[in-house]
Amino acid sequence: MSQTSHTPTAGGDHSRPSGAVQGPQRRLRLAAYPSLLAMPALLLLIAAMGYPLLTVTLRSFSDPAWGLQNYVWFFSTPVNVTVLWRTFSIAAWVTIVCVIAAYPYAYLMTAVEPRLRLVLILCVLVPFWVSGVVRTLAWVILLQDSGIINSVIRLLGFDGVKLIRTQTGVVIGMAQVLLPFMILPLYSVMRGIDLRLVQAARSLGARPARAFLEIYLPLSLPGVFAGAIIVFILSLGFYITPALLGGPRSTMLSTLVQSQVLSLLNWGRGGAMGVVLLVATFVLLALAAPLMRQRHKQASRS
Amino acid sequence: MRQTPFRILLGLFCLLVAVWLVMPTLVIIPMSFNEKKSLAFPPSGFSWQWYANFFTNPDWLSSFFNSLRVAGLVAVAATLIGTLASLGLSRMKHSGAGLLRAILITPMIVPGVVLAIGIYAVYLDYQLVGTTTGFVIAHTMLAIPFVIIAVSASLEVFDVRLETAAASLGANRFTTFRTVTLPLIAPGILSGLLFAFVTSFDEIIVALFITSPYLKTLPVQIFTSITRDADPTVTAVGTIIFIATTLIISAGLIISSKSTRS
Repeated sequence: MSQTSHTPTAGGDHSRPSGAVQGPQRRLRLAAYPSLLAMPALLLLIAAMGYPLLTVTLRSFSDPAWGLQNYVWFFSTPVNVTVLWRTFSIAAWVTIVCVIAAYPYAYLMTAVEPRLRLVLILCVLVPFWVSGVVRTLAWVILLQDSGIINSVIRLLGFDGVKLIRTQTGVVIGMAQVLLPFMILPLYSVMRGIDLRLVQAARSLGARPARAFLEIYLPLSLPGVFAGAIIVFILSLGFYITPALLGGPRSTMLSTLVQSQVLSLLNWGRGGAMGVVLLVATFVLLALAAPLMRQRHKQASRS
Repeated sequence: MRQTPFRILLGLFCLLVAVWLVMPTLVIIPMSFNEKKSLAFPPSGFSWQWYANFFTNPDWLSSFFNSLRVAGLVAVAATLIGTLASLGLSRMKHSGAGLLRAILITPMIVPGVVLAIGIYAVYLDYQLVGTTTGFVIAHTMLAIPFVIIAVSASLEVFDVRLETAAASLGANRFTTFRTVTLPLIAPGILSGLLFAFVTSFDEIIVALFITSPYLKTLPVQIFTSITRDADPTVTAVGTIIFIATTLIISAGLIISSKSTRS
């Protein structure tokens, strides 16, 4: 799609029709040059992502017979609709938890002295230093009925809580994995906020709460949007964490896709589920794009 | 000083968030010295048996070396292809550049399982399931966005007039690239290389589909041993990876701080 859009420039035929062969030829090569450099990446992408996704889409319409039967099946089976709804609701919960946890944390990162800031940044990066699957095992250790969290709760004199194999456990584990994707964009936006604006509001008699709500919060919202969109979209496709931390009542769409294809060998139905997940992701991204663009505008203004 | 209680509350809340972030990494380390074959916390006794198991069990060792081989090849391939693409994108003037960049970055947001079943379907047709080639192709595609982002970031601050200056002094395109552009964007390329390596080394979803009994990567081995028999060797592997990463990052920080000082 993109190659065709810039081939006209490569032509460059509107140049002088002079006899010098070397000139136009050289210009032609140079004009086509930059996009050619991106061709290996684009070709690999078409072969390793485009073709597979096309195969999945085709099978969802053609396996076992041509038609919409796989989609009709998907939306008319209550279990599937429940899981689709649950996938969105878990993603929403994870996003909410991430916003609540990340907002004060990112703010503190902008407010403390450099050495403490380094410690706070380190805490955000350390989770990446251990393999993702291993980290999920760590959550199993922490969340199990005899785990640390339950021990602490019992020490405080409360009854133990069922966390492993529940939706709450899945949300806790997923939010921890995705929290850095919320903290980092928030931090980069908050760092750019001019605190003198808040001081000005205070000096004009605004209470701290009002100065925060009317000055600081609106200025930090682009960071909240950017982080929330990334977290929500990544949550929709989560597979490993729900598979290990969740139970049958916290299955997400990815697990259903996997079992349709690997256990039931039903490529049509699995493909249809995959297409639903894919379309949901891209629709959300398209809806979010204007918000992202606004963020860029605001960033360039400041 | 009405602000003080608020500040204490903020500090406590952030401490809790920090513990939440760090705890899963730290809990792995004591568990790896557990004497019993259980995942109950706190661990009891002390032993090196899970480390010994990792270094002697052929399943663990072969999957480790498979991952190392695949990730090494992916790092080289993705860095080459991704750096070329970033150079091309930075030199494209018209609006196609934005679209092309967005297309090249999509592997980051496509849900893993959807990609995985597609790749699995294609690989079944082309006999690529369970082959190094298959793993390298899929992981390179997944790693390229990270290289493009890292290299583009350093190209953004790169002053194009330096290239013009070199060219005006008589250097040809290749000499200009080798002596001016490449050294200046080297940090971006290096971090792209690192990201590509880690992306492949840690990738699990696609790997679970295209794996075979003859070619397992480390994450697949970890996943199957967690789901099958809660083997504490996983915690030893996690600790080894954690220590290795810490050493590499500290070395990187020391080298970069030395080079900026000189």
